[in-house]
Amino acid sequence: MESNHQWPTWEVFTQKKQGAPHEHAGSVHAPDGEIALLNARDVYSRRQEGVNIWVVPSDAIIASSPEDAGAFFDPANDKMYRSPNFFKTADGLKQI
Amino acid sequence: MMTDLNKALIDFCLRIADNSLIHAQRISEWTGHGPILEEDIAMSNVALDLIGQSRGFYTYAAQIEGDGKTEDFYAFRRGEREFRNKLMVEQPDNKDFGFTMMKLFLNGCFDYLMFRDLMKSTDETISGLAAKSIKEVTYHVRHAGDWIVRLGDGTEESHQRIQNSLNELWPYTNELFEQDSVDALLISNGIAFDKEKFRDEWTKMVHEIFAKATLPVPENNTYSPTGGLKGIHSEHLGYLLAEMQYLPRTYPDAVW
Amino acid sequence: MRRLVVTIILAKLIRPVIPMDINVKMDDLSEKENAFNDSIQAGKVIEPKDWMPEKYRKQLLRMMSQHAHSEVVGMLPEGNWISRAPSLARKAILIAKVQDEAGHGLYIYSAAETLGMDRSEMIDQLLSGKAKYSSIFNYPTLTWADIGAIGWLVDGAAIVNQTVLAKCSYGPYSRAMLRICREENFHNKQGYQILAYLMRGTQEQKDMAQDAMNRWWWPALMMFGPSDKESPNSADLLKWKVKLFTNDDLRQRFIDRTVEQAQAIGLKIPDDKLKWNEETRHYDFGEINWDEFFQVINGNGPCNKLRLKQRNDAHANGQWVRDAAKAYAAKKKVN
Repeated sequence: MESNHQWPTWEVFTQKKQGAPHEHAGSVHAPDGEIALLNARDVYSRRQEGVNIWVVPSDAIIASSPEDAGAFFDPANDKMYRSPNFFKTADGLKQI
Repeated sequence: MMTDLNKALIDFCLRIADNSLIHAQRISEWTGHGPILEEDIAMSNVALDLIGQSRGFYTYAAQIEGDGKTEDFYAFRRGEREFRNKLMVEQPDNKDFGFTMMKLFLNGCFDYLMFRDLMKSTDETISGLAAKSIKEVTYHVRHAGDWIVRLGDGTEESHQRIQNSLNELWPYTNELFEQDSVDALLISNGIAFDKEKFRDEWTKMVHEIFAKATLPVPENNTYSPTGGLKGIHSEHLGYLLAEMQYLPRTYPDAVW
Repeated sequence: MRRLVVTIILAKLIRPVIPMDINVKMDDLSEKENAFNDSIQAGKVIEPKDWMPEKYRKQLLRMMSQHAHSEVVGMLPEGNWISRAPSLARKAILIAKVQDEAGHGLYIYSAAETLGMDRSEMIDQLLSGKAKYSSIFNYPTLTWADIGAIGWLVDGAAIVNQTVLAKCSYGPYSRAMLRICREENFHNKQGYQILAYLMRGTQEQKDMAQDAMNRWWWPALMMFGPSDKESPNSADLLKWKVKLFTNDDLRQRFIDRTVEQAQAIGLKIPDDKLKWNEETRHYDFGEINWDEFFQVINGNGPCNKLRLKQRNDAHANGQWVRDAAKAYAAKKKVN
């Protein structure tokens, strides 16, 4: 039995193609960063899903809480002027 | 009438293909039985790469030989004395992960250097197959090398076990470099290259990892198992083939 | 007094990932639970850090770990034929398929870990025989045709299940299922193709295929679990949208889909009562032998002992490897 003695987990982010952002793919267990990288490659790119991989120790990720959601994200609700669709342009006028 | 050069080319392809296939057959024994789920997946990938390599070289041999030969003919309808793989890869792993990694590493370093040369082959099919294979082998060497370092410099037990694997497999490494008239003919035609020329580089490559792994390399032995080039194998190959070939042999007319 | 008892129970059950409210009262709890149920009905997807009733967490964890175990144990019956696959193409496809099962087990374990249990602890439960896995993998793969039957019927049944699970209320589970469904269609197709080839082959091959069909059909139907009337957890799971359809619904869906596929390649389904019902627009089918199902689930199937032994052996054989890597990492602090 080896409960609580497992290899740490690493979060895996893969980049689908050059220039695209890295997206969360899942996680792997690995004893260190190098093996985490290899494991991530073997587990999450079996079907040519990526051209680049990041691995990050899971415990290095700081996440906001569901309780924070109101204070964090609602204040953006009434600031629609940040969206380009907020501005009407005359028909037929080309956007820059 | 087939030319001597074509005959040699067929032999040359079968040697590479057989070696990859028998190696893959051993490695695929791990699928479902690895030390950790991630490694089941990794070793399955290695087995798939090696099967892919063997299929490429078998198919090329079949194309030269004509006569309706196929990759499956070479894999499933030839006997013990016809297989041309090196003795190292047919050795049973007995579910010893370190032994598997050591084999993968020693053979992988050799394959890496061989394919690097073959990319310059005047035969375009060979150079193409080499260019594809070298990427796969580069990864195998990294994966196996990483593990050898961790096992060598891990616990006392792992150090001893991986050292035993190295000691056991080291004598088989001489056979990797064996060449004969087949090689000579292809070398003179610019299709293949002298393996002796990269022997020092191979030695440096493996020594570097063994140093990192704190593993002393065994003394050069006087005894080296050999025979692959002539189809003279260890007893293990017969059992491996009996299992691998049983369906096509039992139902010779069947298509799967 | 009553409040104290609740506090103690909560302190025991709720893991640190869940915000702990030590002053919670009975009323607050049921209020929270009601709000939770309502939000699920409204289509909310639950994420790991959201508050959830302990029962929801436990049921999910049980279900997800069983699912993950099934993927991992499921590698064994098919892995049994990797060394004997009859062509290089079939060998490669089978390795890739069994490898996917490892991947799927891994995805689901990862998703289950977000509920607060380590993968190693789940695996311990599997190895000790405490945790269950799908009963289907306790049947032996006797011939090559069994590899076809597993891909077609067993993976086919799994796909019916998993397509629905991809819409379940727990985010990490649903995301894992989406990925798995994308990958799993090839499993089903390769299995069907194996049988199709056998059915247009020699008489021996046809017999082999039909024999596999006869042995795998009923166990495949059992994979959906007992009728919901006898399935103790169904009501809760349906309420929480962990399950979206009943076991019987999904079984029917599977049968309806599969019958025509069997006919298309000339395989006979081993059920005399199987008949199209014009009224219900479904196939009627015979009685499932639930005694057999419970026997197998409770450890008395043909391969239960072997499967557990194989898993335990692999785990024990790998212990020195896992230990070594950990020791090395501790020495080097590499990153």
